[in-house]
Amino acid sequence: MADASPWRPVLARSVILRYDRVRDADLLLMPERAVRLSGTGGRVLRLCDGSRTVAGIVAELSEAFPGAPVEREVPEFLERVRAKGWLR
Amino acid sequence: MTVPAPWALLAEVTHRCPLHCPYCSNPLELVREDAELGGDEWARVFIEAADLGVVQAHVSGGEPLLRPDLDAIVAAAHRAGVHTQLVTSGLGLSGPRLARLLDAGLDAVQLSLQDARREGSDLIAGRRSYAAKERAAQVIRSADVPFGLNVVLHRRNLDSVAEIIDLGTRWGADRIELANVQFHGWALRNRAALLPTRDQLTRARAAVADAARRGGGPELTWVMPDHYEGVPKPCMGGWGARSLTVGPDGTALPCPAAYAIADLDFPNVRERPLAWIWTDSPAFNAYRGTGWMNEPCRTCPRRDADFGGCRCQAYALTGDAARTDPACSLSPDHHLIRTLIPAPDTPPEPLTYRPHP
Repeated sequence: MADASPWRPVLARSVILRYDRVRDADLLLMPERAVRLSGTGGRVLRLCDGSRTVAGIVAELSEAFPGAPVEREVPEFLERVRAKGWLR
Repeated sequence: MTVPAPWALLAEVTHRCPLHCPYCSNPLELVREDAELGGDEWARVFIEAADLGVVQAHVSGGEPLLRPDLDAIVAAAHRAGVHTQLVTSGLGLSGPRLARLLDAGLDAVQLSLQDARREGSDLIAGRRSYAAKERAAQVIRSADVPFGLNVVLHRRNLDSVAEIIDLGTRWGADRIELANVQFHGWALRNRAALLPTRDQLTRARAAVADAARRGGGPELTWVMPDHYEGVPKPCMGGWGARSLTVGPDGTALPCPAAYAIADLDFPNVRERPLAWIWTDSPAFNAYRGTGWMNEPCRTCPRRDADFGGCRCQAYALTGDAARTDPACSLSPDHHLIRTLIPAPDTPPEPLTYRPHP
């Protein structure tokens, strides 16, 4: 039986999201790695606090960015970040 | 040329250490305690580093826990907005000590391990230390802080790499870095004792690949050796390109092994701002980019991928840091490396331990 509770993404324990004033970019910081997020990645990941569902995140972003392809791109982006092990 | 902002700072807060590892990469001449930077000087280094673009600090040594003011050093890095990882032997890491460091803002811990079993680990460390490491692992695990295990691999422990991975899994590590030994500082004295046979390396690599395929355990990082494939290791992501080291007395270097390059005059954070050191100092510009290269590097299609290999190794083996790393099969000095690899049936040479006062 599939797990019925929806995914509420949250950053993995070892991952810290931080704005870098020198590079004017959001970064994911890990013990041995730093990843520069492009575009709105940081904006999306800031909503991943473990309380919001993916649908909730999409809804909030759709409201903030009317007309943007949020519904298709955000879930894909979250899956990609989860596959890297940076979201759980 | 435009100088890119550095990402990481290796802060060697002391060279003092309770262990005597034969592969110690610290320089032959260690900085004495009375020459070490004070906590306020480290605080200034972290502020200047963060202003330059540094987002990560590895607080290392020697054994950083030997500094009673380590909490204050970590707090200063944290205040500067820098992600901070403690790199430790585990000796001296009690629950209360780690709790204070976490309160100060420590983000992650990397624990060193010498081998999977007590006898082997204590033999390499040159003293009893395995039990203390085992306790430190429990302390780190209970604190629920990101936990990396770092194991330097060589002739004496490559055959137990599968056991090392199992142990790291039992200890609850998030990551295991399996770093094939490099020959810098004291380690160069032990090269003959530490270089593995080609068969050992092949078996170990297969064991690591097996464990990675099974999955479920810690993330595994295999840091490749450079004496076997004819391919050099890229120099630090480029000399003066991604990271810098500040030694216990404030000496600033593009790489922790660079102490050995006697031709360079390394600047000191006590005398110069870090911004000048990174951007303008002759030492940080000496091998930056590709303009310094000679043939065969100058026209090599891989020059932007491996940066001619390791400058420190080129210097150690040829006396000229601007030559191609002899680890590269295209280097005219490649025989210097190739002839070192021990035959399968030769007994290992004895170890020469690093003395600490």
